Amino acid sequence: MRKRGPLFFAELTFTLMVCAFLVVPVILSLLAGLTANYQVGINSGLTLRWVGEVWVGYRDTIFLSIGIALACLASTLVLGIPTAYVLARRRSALARAIEELLVMPVAVPGLATALALIISYGAVPGLRTSWVFILIGHVLFTLPFMVRSVLAVLLAIDLKTLEEGAASLGADFRQRFFQIVMPNCRSGVLAGSLMVVTLSVGEFNMTWLLHTPLTKTLPVGLADAYASLRLEIASAYTLVFFLMIVPLLLAIQELSRPRPTAFRSQEE
Amino acid sequence: MRRENLTLLALLLPAGTFFAAFFLLPLARLFLVGGSGRDGFFAYALILTNKNYFTSLIATTLLALATTLVTLIVSGISGVFLERNRFPGKAALVAMLTLPLAFPGVVVGFMVIVLAGRQGLIGDISMALTGAKVVFAYSMAGLFMGYVYFSIPRTILTVMATAEKLDPRLEEAARSLGASPWRVLRDVVIPGLKPAFISCGAICFATAMGAFGTAFTLATRIDVLPMVIYTEFTLEANIAVAAALSFLLGIITWVVLAAARTAAGGTVAAAG
Repeated sequence: MRKRGPLFFAELTFTLMVCAFLVVPVILSLLAGLTANYQVGINSGLTLRWVGEVWVGYRDTIFLSIGIALACLASTLVLGIPTAYVLARRRSALARAIEELLVMPVAVPGLATALALIISYGAVPGLRTSWVFILIGHVLFTLPFMVRSVLAVLLAIDLKTLEEGAASLGADFRQRFFQIVMPNCRSGVLAGSLMVVTLSVGEFNMTWLLHTPLTKTLPVGLADAYASLRLEIASAYTLVFFLMIVPLLLAIQELSRPRPTAFRSQEE
Repeated sequence: MRRENLTLLALLLPAGTFFAAFFLLPLARLFLVGGSGRDGFFAYALILTNKNYFTSLIATTLLALATTLVTLIVSGISGVFLERNRFPGKAALVAMLTLPLAFPGVVVGFMVIVLAGRQGLIGDISMALTGAKVVFAYSMAGLFMGYVYFSIPRTILTVMATAEKLDPRLEEAARSLGASPWRVLRDVVIPGLKPAFISCGAICFATAMGAFGTAFTLATRIDVLPMVIYTEFTLEANIAVAAALSFLLGIITWVVLAAARTAAGGTVAAAG
């Protein structure tokens, strides 16, 4: 191991400062949500009063967000897995163009997509006031993540040989799809699903324009709370949001961690 | 073979129909509505000549550029450092650095308020030190801080992944040939990290141009393009202008990301 010079400690200090910048506000907001009076400080005592107020006032937004996220997951699975399969089977210029098109809703700001949806479908009776309107936006935004995640796994395996082998043994398309393709892309489906749920639960850019007073999601409620309620309640609400999203984020980190190769683990 | 093509087409149909009906058609409609105002399709040209819209376009672009620059420098330093060194607690440090990865813009805005708002930490510290309360959350500076906060985790991860593939022997060779640390950095390390810088830079830029949640949380008075669009749409009911501005914004972010994708290879997409 190289000797650690002053550069090492300078860079370590810098990185620790970056880390503090990212983590300190998270900790402060968690504390604020549990403190009786943030201005007085922690000495005013810890309380669950603010979390209770959030639960009473904003419970509906939590359930709506979970519901939309699950519906969004189901939709992206149904739409995304077949799409990824087709794109994996045909690596033509057309397939690449389709892939490129599918990513557009992520590249175009959610505000623009939401405006476009409102202009086109805002007048359809029943749709504008329904949570399905929000779901449509979320599916557009999250579909590329599901497709790319599954596609990456399908491209890494020798799909063609596997399918030809199964076909030569007499498996029809349906059998091949459910018994060869699906089991093989399980890891991609899992990674994509976590991503879809996380993004859907946190989506705000589109949802703010698509929501109505009766269809408020969690981030919409958060924006309300930030704008009009005292810091303690806003913090408690953020705390609830963290409780929902941090396990998802940790699972994504765990999945995306590269498996150490044999060569590397010997070296260490 | 023909049968197989039909099967593949059938598999593509649900997603294709959904995408055409709820994205391509609405976007075309948005473009048309943008040209339906008093000035017709001149509206798109008028954006550039109208002083208010043009100023906010420039302000937004500058903000996005500053965000990109600072994020790349900070994440470049920390990312290479984390990839190159092993020390106790490193895994925990990386986990903490990447935790805010998928925080939505509204939550990032709240983090800025907690740091630099009226009851914020920076204000308390400056009050204790100098007797003056520093509060900058509800301004362009606060928005800048929020976008950097949002962009650092993703960029550090990508820089780490790219730095892993750099060959340390190249740097040793440069050093043994007498290159100063600065020359090694400029001629070996930075060119090696270029793909990561291009793709992350494009994402930072596009996010800072088009994101809305952070600005919305901090203040409605910040004059960035997404806020202008929102105000035109809701308060002024000026739907044609809102449509034209958002179509233009969409074109800008899409072109930046597509260009980066072509330059860096691989996939680049904005978030937020």
